[in-house]
Amino acid sequence: MSQVLEFLTRRRGGKRMDFTDIISYVYLILGVIVMFGPIVWLVLSSFKTSAEIVKFPPRLLPWRQDTVVIEGYDEPLPLYEVTLEDGSTAVLAQVRRIGLEAQLIDPNDPDGEVIRVNIEDRTPIESVSFGLENYVESMQRFDFMVYLRNSVVVTVAATLLTLLVNSMAAFALSKYRFKGRMAIFLIMISTLMVPLSVVLVPVFLVINQVGWNNNLLGVIVPGAATPTGMFLLRQYMLTIPDDLLDSARIDGASEWRIYTQIILPLARPALAVLTIFSVMWRWNDFLWPLIVLSRSELFTLQVGLNSFQGELNVQWHYILAMTVVTLLPISVIFAFLQRNITTGIATTGMK
Amino acid sequence: MPRQSRKSPVQHIYRAFAAAPAFIATSISAAFSFLIEGLVSIVDVIFSFIQRVIGIGGMPYVFVLPNLLIFGIFILFPMLLNFVYAFTGGTEFFPGQRPWVGTNNFEVLLTCGNFLDPNTCREDLFWRAVYNTTGYVIAQVSLMVVLSLITALILNRKIKARGFFRSVFFYPVLLSPIVVALIWKWILQENGVVNGVIVGLGYDKLPFLVNAGWARFWVVMISVWASMGFYTLILLAGLQSIPPELYEAAQIDGANPLQSFRNVTLPLLMPTMFVVLVLSLIRAVQVFDVVFAFTGGGPGTATLYLVQYIFSKGFSSPTKQYGLAASASLLMAGALIVLTLVQLLLQREEEV
Repeated sequence: MSQVLEFLTRRRGGKRMDFTDIISYVYLILGVIVMFGPIVWLVLSSFKTSAEIVKFPPRLLPWRQDTVVIEGYDEPLPLYEVTLEDGSTAVLAQVRRIGLEAQLIDPNDPDGEVIRVNIEDRTPIESVSFGLENYVESMQRFDFMVYLRNSVVVTVAATLLTLLVNSMAAFALSKYRFKGRMAIFLIMISTLMVPLSVVLVPVFLVINQVGWNNNLLGVIVPGAATPTGMFLLRQYMLTIPDDLLDSARIDGASEWRIYTQIILPLARPALAVLTIFSVMWRWNDFLWPLIVLSRSELFTLQVGLNSFQGELNVQWHYILAMTVVTLLPISVIFAFLQRNITTGIATTGMK
Repeated sequence: MPRQSRKSPVQHIYRAFAAAPAFIATSISAAFSFLIEGLVSIVDVIFSFIQRVIGIGGMPYVFVLPNLLIFGIFILFPMLLNFVYAFTGGTEFFPGQRPWVGTNNFEVLLTCGNFLDPNTCREDLFWRAVYNTTGYVIAQVSLMVVLSLITALILNRKIKARGFFRSVFFYPVLLSPIVVALIWKWILQENGVVNGVIVGLGYDKLPFLVNAGWARFWVVMISVWASMGFYTLILLAGLQSIPPELYEAAQIDGANPLQSFRNVTLPLLMPTMFVVLVLSLIRAVQVFDVVFAFTGGGPGTATLYLVQYIFSKGFSSPTKQYGLAASASLLMAGALIVLTLVQLLLQREEEV
């Protein structure tokens, strides 16, 4: 035993694991449980039947009762293990239940006599199964595809617009000296502190005047000129040497060519970080679409999910399935890009 | 036995899956590069024409124009308009139809018999929101900064699978507030798994979502859960930028781990801590979506926070009091600016 322990705690450099290492790993493993446990619980729960989901205390895995299809009965019959009068047990299918009495038949002999037992004498036969009916049924009530399409349209369009508009402005603010440059920069930076939630009412008025309420454009455009993104790109572009631009100009390149063929390729790391941020912001945005969009066929996933939970207050099996579907796309992206995302955010320190 | 065959099937599958997005990405980008190339050339013609007309000196204005237009119309102009709303009354939506009321909205918000007791205030909901938000900000920011710092310090040690642990702590940051709220509502509901464990241990169920104190507690815990990974990453980056020679020097001088933490780590981490504090404070004051979906401000007004107050005054209540909403948001913006300035001053002092 002590050898096993010695092996497990052996480390590079021959040093044994000490007390602080053990505390660190205990903390990290606790962290994994706290951070990831709720997600696992959500996913497991989303496969439970509506009967299993209201059971208390809840069980970890999605158990469901086994059923058997017998000719002559429209619905599959639930299977029970029944203790018979002579003390033996048998697996029987329940036909109906009247008060405290259950009427069961032998699935192998459907035309045989109906056995009547007290409901206390039977226990359901269950097995773990991951059925998809919560997903299938809630898809019919929840316009997932519509919301998904809206969310994707908003996220992709807004991210492209954000990248274009901010990189152009950052290029101008970092590579040219022109009148008003400092003023523009300062005004933008000062609005970094004032969030959108502070100017809800007037922005809503502007959207209304432009005619963009109940229009995805109203969600896409207003947030595109994000001071955060502009600042991030500008700081990066400042490190690109001006000589490059000058020699391109001597070669006769137009300013637009310089922007697309020198600045943009060189600023790729900063653009990647802004892409990640923008996708995260837009995919998860809630307050803004909630205000701009009131027609349900325009809802994004987040707004749709929120109104879905309002409609079906107690039908958790549907809500959970749709929650899983909503978190799936971003989780898949994260699974593949997690290294880029975490290092990207760590190096710029902004969100 | 050749080396490659030692790879587990899982690794092979993972590799196949990992290659798929790259393949799709390259084929999509190949298709798009044609399109983009064409687009760039067309725009180039337009931009070259503009450049010929206004000269190189005018080009920066062309480049900032789209950004300035969006920024001006949707951020700067509304900010100015917010003042108009704040100083006008009534329920009309269009500023032209709203009667000028001077500072009346602010008086309504700020009239209190006793500022410590929301019941004596004219607009008691506002003051409840103010107190709830204050309590929330203090609890959430301090807990989150401490936990992120501990996590970052541990992740900065020589540990195995650091990338994995870092990702696990970061993952909830990506989840949308609505998803976060629903997950925890499911876990904490009356017949949820937490109560299942409590009953299993032989105690009574706890009213997590019905009791005001518990609701406030869980709102703080959930928002820490959902965002601490982000601050952990920033702090971790700050820790990794501390040169290791400094620790060696401290060790040679006979400093124990605690002393080198206090005299090397903490002072050098202060700039990063400052960023974390500013960002987390600003975001904590604006807390809205998670709570909106998690408790809806309840039970009663126990978790009614400022942004939700503004939202309900301006958008969800039957009589829309835009004036109150706008002046409340101005007060909030003022508080945010003061908070940030105080932090800036404190930091400056520390540097001197």
